[in-house]
Amino acid sequence: MFRIVKYVLYDILQNRMVIGYTLFLLAVSLGLFNLSGEATKGMVSLLNIILIVTPLVSIIFSTIHFYNATEFIELLAAQPIRRSILIWSEFLGLAGALSLAVMIGIGIPVALFAPNATGITLMLMAIALSVSFVAIALLASVLTRDKARGIGVALMLWFYFALLYDALVLFLMFSFADYPLEKVMLAFIALNPIDLARVVVLLQMDISALMGYTGALYREFLGTGWGITFATLVLTAWILIPILLAVRVFRKKDL
Amino acid sequence: MARKKKKKKKINQYPERLVWLRVYNDRMLMTRCLTIGVLVLLFGVGLSAASGLHVGKGLAYSSILTAVEQAQPGDTVWIHEGLYSEGNIAINKPIALIGIGYPILDGLHNCEIITVNASDVLIQGLEIRNSGQLSTIDLAGIKVLSSDRVRIIGNKVLDCTFGIYLSNTNDCLVSKNSVSGIIKEEQNSGNGIHLWKCARAVVEENHLTGQRDGIYFEFVTDSEIRYNHSEYNLRYGLHFMFSHNDHYHHNRFHHNGAGVAVMYSRQVKMTENEFGYNWGSSAYGLLLKDISDSHIWKNIFEHNSAGVYMEGASRITLEQNQFRENGWALRVQASCDANIVRQNNFFGNTFDVSTNGSLVLNSFESNYWDRYEGYDLNHDGIGDVPFRPVSLYAVVVERMPFGLMLMRSFMVYLLDKAEKIIPSLTPEMLKDDKPFMKPIALL
Repeated sequence: MFRIVKYVLYDILQNRMVIGYTLFLLAVSLGLFNLSGEATKGMVSLLNIILIVTPLVSIIFSTIHFYNATEFIELLAAQPIRRSILIWSEFLGLAGALSLAVMIGIGIPVALFAPNATGITLMLMAIALSVSFVAIALLASVLTRDKARGIGVALMLWFYFALLYDALVLFLMFSFADYPLEKVMLAFIALNPIDLARVVVLLQMDISALMGYTGALYREFLGTGWGITFATLVLTAWILIPILLAVRVFRKKDL
Repeated sequence: MARKKKKKKKINQYPERLVWLRVYNDRMLMTRCLTIGVLVLLFGVGLSAASGLHVGKGLAYSSILTAVEQAQPGDTVWIHEGLYSEGNIAINKPIALIGIGYPILDGLHNCEIITVNASDVLIQGLEIRNSGQLSTIDLAGIKVLSSDRVRIIGNKVLDCTFGIYLSNTNDCLVSKNSVSGIIKEEQNSGNGIHLWKCARAVVEENHLTGQRDGIYFEFVTDSEIRYNHSEYNLRYGLHFMFSHNDHYHHNRFHHNGAGVAVMYSRQVKMTENEFGYNWGSSAYGLLLKDISDSHIWKNIFEHNSAGVYMEGASRITLEQNQFRENGWALRVQASCDANIVRQNNFFGNTFDVSTNGSLVLNSFESNYWDRYEGYDLNHDGIGDVPFRPVSLYAVVVERMPFGLMLMRSFMVYLLDKAEKIIPSLTPEMLKDDKPFMKPIALL
């Protein structure tokens, strides 16, 4: 299995797009930290970039890569290798490469300009988001046969998680403003990995505002050890559930 | 550096002017001896002239109570180092009670320690600890009842229910004391410095910590609070009720449960104070409730859940203050009117201004907002397009607090942008027509 992971990883790391992505992240992070002067302000801008760009690149790149590697996968499938191992290796390769890109592209500027708890949380969340969207991309890819359609589905998923979901939540909030929605909101947050990552970073960053008012409830829940465990578990679920589903589908798929 | 140079010069010159130096030294010695002699003489005379009553081990009195009883008006009772637990000490005549080397007056948790019932009393240099605690009477370390011109200077009050308690007094001075309590529940603890129905009081350079309210003012007029440091108190660092024409300045209020509250008062001046690190679900840097005609000038508000929270406030001028990294810099409820927010700096606050209605009766002008994105074509330092400090999202959160979960979401950002172009939900009239392009230099 590790041999296959190694091949996949080498294949991806040689890809120009991953290198470009790493450099892009590096440039953007360094630029933001330098431009804004204050580390906190830079971090806020960086958070916005991470929440939009990392999932997008992860999901599109993984989908394209999976379709481009169809022949390689078919070839390997003809060998006495279990299919689950095949798709797990694809996943680990992709996740490893993209995490590496994030670690270099965001980790270095963060270590230089904001080596604190917020910075580390930010980077960990970026990695978790990357891995989670790789898993989602693989699920989307094994479900669709056509490449164009697969990429379309991936884009739609990204659009949904990054933009539509928050709009829907906002809409629900307005519609049911008279009801006590505090706990419901917590559930809504858990249903979107991007939102979850955002809230976890915010709890480190905008403490003063979140402490006020209802924020106290969330802080009590998400800011304490319990909450961190909860957030980690949910994010792990957002990685494991899509990939396990993908493995399941791929095993029975007619290649 | 300068000092070193001087020394070198002296050494160099020494051999040449040896004789002169010797004479000079002799003279110095003589003057010194004389001075010391005179001082000792004066001191002795002073002690006997003021007919001081000395309390301490092996001295004229061993008990403070008897010394106070024997003292005539105008006498000084000197309390020497030691531990005294004599229960309540009531002072009914104008005398001075002065500690030498911080003698300890211990109340053993069952009484009030010093009660002053006379004017012109001075209490200085004592360490007072362990007052009792009753739910019917406010027991204090030092309590002054219906007296004038009492001075309380440089005492240490430890673990008392109320620290220093002034009731119905005029022209009193509370200076350089430190009051620290052991944090208990709010209902069982008292205030550090508590003034009730006083006039022309001065509270200065005190350090207050671990009490319910650091400083508490009720029905206190024409008074001044300055250079105090109030931190880690359970409720407010400073609590103002029904107190008019007062001025507080150069104080620091940090890490208090709910910040500073000024309520039901008018003509209060608040200048050059620091309000910081008041975090919590109902914590404010400064809470203004039903207050009017006041002036808030050159204060610093940083790291508070809400920098200034205004409710029912009118005719208040907020000028040249710094708001830095607060959750909300200003929360102005719709019940406020005719307030002026002018020439303040706003940096890195999560929300600059929020309000709960669309009616705006306050004016915002010539502030610096770090979120301002306008331009300045004629380079006069003032932005050409007005700035609207209330964002759509701030309005949403004000209405639906749980909306806080969507903070910094890209969707929210888009909506805010759209709202900036065509205001619909945010109060249209709440705007700064002359925002500064650069931070205003304060200090």
